[in-house]
Order: sequence, then structure tokens, then C-alpha cells
Amino acid sequence: MEMLTLLCLFSTYLLASSINIEENAGQFFSSGHTNNWAVLVCTSRFWFNYRHVANTLSVYRSVKRLGIPDSHIVLMLADDMACNHRNPKPATVFSHKNMELNVYGDDVEVDYRGYEVTVENFLRVLTGRLPPSTPRSKRLLSDDRSNILIYLTGHGGNGFLKFQDSEEISNVELADAFEQMWQKRRYNELLFIIDTCQGASMYERFYSPNLMALASSQVGEDSLSHQPDLAIGVHLMDRYTFYLLEFLEDIHPASKTNMNDLFKVCPKSHCVSTPGHRTDLFLRDPGSVLVTDFFGSVRKVELTMETINLTGHIKQWEESAADGEPRKETYSYSDQLPVSEIIHQKPKQKDWHPPDGFILGLWTLILLVFFKTYGIKHLKHIF
Amino acid sequence: MRCVFSLLSAEQSQPVCQNASFIMKIIVKRRRGHLAALSIAAVVIMVGVPLWWRTTETYRAWLPVSQIQELSKLQLQLSADVEVVFSRGTVTPEQQKKLPLTQTQDEEHRVDEDTALSYRYETRYRTATVMEEDALNQPTAAEADLSLHTLSESPCGSLVVYVIPESSTLLPQDVDVYIGRRRTAFLRIGAKMRVGRTLEQLLAHMEPRVKQVLQVMSFSHTDITAALSDRVRLSPGNKESIADSMRAFKSSPGYEITFSLLNPDPKSHRLHWDIEGAAQTYIQPLLTKLAPVANFSMDSQTLYYAVLGVSPRFDSSRSTYTLNADSLAHVINPVEARLGSNAASSNPVLNFLLYVPDAHHSPLYIHDRKKQEVPSNAFHSPRWGGIMVYNVNDFYGPEAVFPVDINIDMAKVMGVFLAQLRLLLGVQSSSAPPGFLVAPCGTAGLADWELDRLMWSRSVENVATATTTITSLAQLLDQIGNIVINDNIAEQVSSAVTSLQLAVAELESGNLGFALQYSKEAILASERAFFDPSLLHLLYFPDDQKFAIYIPLFLPMCVPILLSLLKIISDARQKRRDKQAKKD
Repeated sequence: MEMLTLLCLFSTYLLASSINIEENAGQFFSSGHTNNWAVLVCTSRFWFNYRHVANTLSVYRSVKRLGIPDSHIVLMLADDMACNHRNPKPATVFSHKNMELNVYGDDVEVDYRGYEVTVENFLRVLTGRLPPSTPRSKRLLSDDRSNILIYLTGHGGNGFLKFQDSEEISNVELADAFEQMWQKRRYNELLFIIDTCQGASMYERFYSPNLMALASSQVGEDSLSHQPDLAIGVHLMDRYTFYLLEFLEDIHPASKTNMNDLFKVCPKSHCVSTPGHRTDLFLRDPGSVLVTDFFGSVRKVELTMETINLTGHIKQWEESAADGEPRKETYSYSDQLPVSEIIHQKPKQKDWHPPDGFILGLWTLILLVFFKTYGIKHLKHIF
Repeated sequence: MRCVFSLLSAEQSQPVCQNASFIMKIIVKRRRGHLAALSIAAVVIMVGVPLWWRTTETYRAWLPVSQIQELSKLQLQLSADVEVVFSRGTVTPEQQKKLPLTQTQDEEHRVDEDTALSYRYETRYRTATVMEEDALNQPTAAEADLSLHTLSESPCGSLVVYVIPESSTLLPQDVDVYIGRRRTAFLRIGAKMRVGRTLEQLLAHMEPRVKQVLQVMSFSHTDITAALSDRVRLSPGNKESIADSMRAFKSSPGYEITFSLLNPDPKSHRLHWDIEGAAQTYIQPLLTKLAPVANFSMDSQTLYYAVLGVSPRFDSSRSTYTLNADSLAHVINPVEARLGSNAASSNPVLNFLLYVPDAHHSPLYIHDRKKQEVPSNAFHSPRWGGIMVYNVNDFYGPEAVFPVDINIDMAKVMGVFLAQLRLLLGVQSSSAPPGFLVAPCGTAGLADWELDRLMWSRSVENVATATTTITSLAQLLDQIGNIVINDNIAEQVSSAVTSLQLAVAELESGNLGFALQYSKEAILASERAFFDPSLLHLLYFPDDQKFAIYIPLFLPMCVPILLSLLKIISDARQKRRDKQAKKD
């Protein structure tokens, strides 16, 4: 009998609190973020790596469509495919065969392009250690209530990712960078997606909280590309990102699809490699995390219930000229680059430097060989 | 000795004296060889190794690590001064004899293992002067507040509570406490409370009310722990406090405020708004008052053909267009892409948008979840800004010639924006306890005690953030041995540590203004040190790579040295064994 009353009381309490939640909360408690950021990086150059640029651009397109504005996206493309000399259809980057979907569009805003995409710049963007002259569009200005999506694609191996065919970023460096982000509370939650060979090795070393990671292949497996296009002559996309894009095309800003569906994208039958994911560092249950928490930008909204009663009149400007004419401000361009001077200037006088070490060494070698062969008596002819 | 024997066996035919000199030569040669090997080993160990160590170490300037570790255990003490003034009719003559009286109260809270808070309230009790009595005789509470303010001005961070008798007409019937626009409050006590009691009993009875007033006007434990959210990640406790902490911007040295007028239909409406004058008259006083907290810069723009991302629904019962509360979340994104921002600074931006609906979708009202119209017709998004919908269909009749010139009523618009600005900056606190009447903030938009509240929570937030930044920087530099620490970073760290210590000291002694200033300096210095571009750890060398680099350089050099040393040792041992054998 007592158990029954207890149960009744408990259930009424639950009901009351749930109604209360609905009234007060709204979307506040589904996630703790107020803004979204995305860092999309393509790390490989050369025309045959067309698919990596197409991967990144298709994720960029989906993220923009779902609401994240350009000011909150840092897009890094290591090479220019749309205007590449070998592109038979210039100013386009296609992601489906038969050229169905042009992901380049006319409003792509690339923040780091070409040789600016380096390990150093990538780590600087993540940790915020940029020189003070860096413009706002090249910075990741996230705070402790930002959800960040990081997407990397390129060529990788066991524990590293190759940048620009000349340098690598290791998984330890990446984990340290995320830890520094956490120390400075630069993110609320972070979703890390990587589409490279042996991609799962890149998230093995993470140790900061609130990180969720997805990779296109396990250690020892290669991520494969999807389909070549005979007209363009290269593979257009990687399999994992192709199916990810298909999945994202079904998502709209108000959809309630959660992360468990994202984990099922591209099973082994389609992808040939086994996609992996890591959620042990994530505090919330992945089933309660919406895909739009990272890919979209759904704002929390509160209705303004109070206003302030302002009664004073607007003060008139006293600075208007005495004769009644509106003050004319002459506008002029500041600090114009003196192009004509630069074109016609004479070459600068370079200061004389003493000969370099290499030249000195070369001459010493030549002299040594000479004196070895012909004897020291020739010295007086030289000096 | 083995090679001597073999030599001897080879030259068996030689005379004995020749063999002896031969052996002597060999022994001398061997000793020379031993000396050479030993001296090379000595040079390598004593000169080479230190030289290699010094040339491969990175320059690391000295950091005050011990002080940083002290700061990581944060012990904050906040002091507030309260003056409780008894007006005529609230104390009996015997009780009055014991006044003036000063009491100090301490409250300790331990937030987590690294953070401890203690609050100190210094309460001074006294009776009212004649001038104050005159001021309290005013008809309404607002006028009494004003005349009391002209008498004396309380310094920043302190409060004055005037205790008025039950018979006073200053406050309405059901209200016991009135909180004014400056730093005064009126507290009404019942008549039966004072008769037949000693002063101590009276004070003890009043203490809970005074404490409530303090929590509303100065700082409360929930506010301070919310301000410490950088250090302490609290599990979701109070849902209101979560919403509050998510809404207000984090402490930053500067903010940018942008006012945008969105006109989707320039063919029908030609809008005029005196934004410069309105911003100067209505918003600037608030920003001037908030100057000790942060710098503000304002700008404005007009956007044409900017549409909301959501199409409003037609409500035939009221013949208006409506926007539901649920669809508001999708309004902001399409607009935000076109808003733009100041590229030069990295300060957070507050956007205030004024949307005038187009002629075909007028009037447009925002409905809340209960399908009621929202009176302000505005909504705001945490840490972003606010949007207000301004209907202009009343300004013209159906026969008007398009485009119609419309002057926007800036007072109404700025009233809404000012309220949203207060919310977004964290000025508005939770609703007052029952029985409290809070005076509406004046034209400045901010009451003095609200400014004090903000300064308390900002100082604590700054101190918490700066300590975590400095501590994590020290930890980072300790862990990663090959990051170069330049002198300027060490300088910034030292100045941050000094400012932090000063800020904590000023908070203890109750000087709120100085505490906020030092905490701002501490945050600037610590952020500059943490985000210095030179602190990039790019080179990660796993151990096997370190071996791979050093072994080809040092192994060929070390092998002969080691082998010769071993040979010397084995020769010495052999000699000792021979000597033992000879002795025996």
C-alpha cells in the first residue's frame, strides 16, 4: 500500500517536472551549445587527388546548407582543382559521376588555400596561436559553448596524416592540440571525422573530454575511392564521404536524426573498409546527440518578455555646421599601393656580403687538391 | 701479455737482452695507448657531453612556477560592506544606546578540491541622522531614494539598508523590501518585533532579511559559482542558472554592438531611422556606465531584400501573420550570412536586428508556445543578439502611394534592444524573492547595484579564467620540454601572476573597482602569454626517432672508446691477477 502511494507520488513528481521542463527549457537541455563552428581541411595537392578536394567541398556544402555561416567555417584546401589547367570543366568540382552535383558553386569561401595549408597553420587555427595580423575569417573564434566539427581528408597512414606531400601531422600532436583547446575551453563538444587510409589510428590517442570521432577505415585498412569519371579522368570522391554526403542530403535543419544513424553510414558492403568511431570520451549518450548539433547551426531562442520604458527625446546633434549645410565628409582611399613607383623603380642596391660558406669550402677544396698534386712550391705564385 | 708471448715465440732465436728492450717498448707503447684512450674518454665525457647538452637545449626563460602553483589552489574571499540605518520608530531607546555597532560575518564554501570561497559581510548598524529622517519622509519610495542619494553616495561595492517602521507609507502593503536605483534599500520590520527585545535579538531577527537583500544586490553563492564555471564544471544543477550562464557573453575586454535594419520590401517602404541619435541618447549612457567592465564599439547598417528564413503563417482569426516560437530558431541563420562584422578585431559581436515585414506579410506577430502574442514582438538568441519585428502597416492606409516614407519610433525600438542588451551582458538577474519591489532602472538602463553585481561576477570570472590559463600554460610548458619560452612570455606570465595576486587581495579588502581593474589586466596578460604565436609545439619526437637520429652520430665514436676502456680494465685486472700470482 505504501509502495503504491510512493509510486503515485513519484510518477506525479516526474510528470510535473517534465511539464516544467517543457515550459521553461525548450531546446536548452538537449545540448549545451549556442554556436557551431566547422574546420574542413583537405591536405593533398596534385590533380589526381581531385577526390579529396571534392570530399571537403561536399561536406562544406552540406554544412552551409544546414545553417552554419561562412564566418563560422574555416575551409582549408591544399590545391585548386576548379581552376586547375587539367580540369576539362573549369570552375567546377563535381562529386557525382556524370557530373550531377557541382559542389564548387559560386559562393565558396576558401580561408586557407594552396601552400597556406600546412601542419603549422592547422595547429595554429586549432589552438588560436595566430599572429595578431590574422583576419577574422582565418581564425577559429570559438568559446566554451561552441560545438566544433573537424573534417580531415587526404592521404594518411598508421598514426599520421600527410600534408601537401611534404610533411605530416601525427596523432599525438593532434591529441595535444585538442587538449590545449580543452584547457582554454575552446569547445563545448567536438566531432572529428577523418577520411583517409588507416584513419582510426588518428583518434587513438585522444584524451580530452567531449570528443567524438569517426573514421573511414581501421588501422591496416585502406579507404577506397568511389568511382572514376571518364570525362574528367580522375576519381571524383571517396566512398565514405560519398555515402556521408548521401546521408546528409536527407537531413534538414529541423531533423531529429541522431548520431547512431551517422555511425551506420557506409557499412562494409559499400565501403570495403570498416568505418570506426569512438565515443568513450563523450559525456552524452550518442543516441541523444542530433546530427544538426554539429553539422547544422540551430540557434537557441528566447522570447524577450521585458522591455524598458524610454521616455526621453532623441538629443539633436550639436555638431551640425552653423550655416545649416550638412557637414560634408570627403572620403579618400587610405594608403594606396604606389604601383607606378614599384614598376619603374631601379633594382635595390644590395649590400655586399662576404662569400658564403659553401663557396669558401669549394675553393678550399680546390686549393688543397692543387697543392697536393703539384706541391707546395707553387704557393708563391698564388699569394 | 698474450701478444708479447706470441712475439717472443716468433723471435725465439733472438738474444735475451733484445727481447727485454722489445718488451719494454711494447709496454711503453701500451701505456701510451692506455693514456690516449683514457684522455679521449675524459674529453668526451667532460667536455663533449656538456657541450652537446648545452647546444641542443632550448632557451626557456624562468617562470614563477611556485607562485603559479599557489594560485592554482584558489582561495577567494569576497567582502561586502553593509550599513544598516535605523530610522525613528524602529528601535527603542535602550536598544539605541548600544548603537553604533559593527558586526562581521564569515561564510565558508568549498566548491571543489582546488577552489574555496569565503564571504565576509561587515555590517555596521547605526541610527539615522536628521537629514536622512527628512528624506525618508517623502511620499514615495522613489523620491526618498533620490533625496537620500543627494545626501551621500555609497562607494562601489557597498550597500545601505534603511529600516523603516511598519507605519511608514513609503512601501505598499504587501511589499517589505524596496530596492532603489542606487545602492540603497528600504526594509520594513513589524512593530511587535522591537518591543521587549534586546538589540541582539532584534539584529538576529533581521539577519535573514538583510541577507536576502545582500544576495539580491551584491552577490549570491549561485552567481559566484556560475562565474567560476571556467574552473569548475558543475553538473547541471539549477536549470535556470544553466540558461543564465549560456545566455550571457563571457567576460571579454571589448564588445561590438551592431544595429541592423532589415528592409525586405524597399519598393513599398522607405524606412528612416535616426540610429545615431537614438544610440547616443538611449544606449550610450548604459555603455558609459559599463566602461569599467569593458570597451564597447557601436555600428549600424541597413540591409535591403533581406528575408527571414521562415515563411510566416496566416492566422485568419486575428487576420495577422504569425511566427511560432519553434520556427524562430531557423530565422537567424540565413540572415547571419549577410550581416558581416568588423574584420579588424576579434571581440564578440552583439547583433540587434530590426525587421520590418514586407507589405504582403504585415502585420507580423510572434507567438509564444501558448499561442499568445508576445508584447515586445522580439526574441533574442543567447550569445548572439536580438531580433525585433516592427510592424508599419498602421502608418499608412490602403490608398497610399508606394513607396511610403516611414519614420521608425526609435524610443520603442531602443527600449526592447536595451532590455535584450542587459540580458545578453548578464546584467539581469533572476527574479526577486517574494515581498521585494525592485525599482525600474532609469534612463541609464542600469542601476548602481546591478553594476556592482556585474562587477563582482566579472572579477571572479576574470580571476578564475586567468588562473586556469596560467596554470594550464605552466603545465603545458612543463610537459613539452622542447618549446622555447621567450623573455616576453615570461614577462607576461609574471605580470599576470602579480595582477592576479593584487586582484585577490583587493577582493579581500572589498575594493571592487580596483579588483576588477587588476583582474582585467591579469586576463589580458595571461591570454597574451597563452596565445603567443611562438608557443607552437610542432616537433614531436617519439623515442625511437630520437634513437634513430643520435645513434649514427655517436655510436661510431663511442664504440672504440668503450672497447678501449674495456680493454684497459681487463688488462688491469690481468696485471693484478699476475701480481697476486707472483706474490703467492
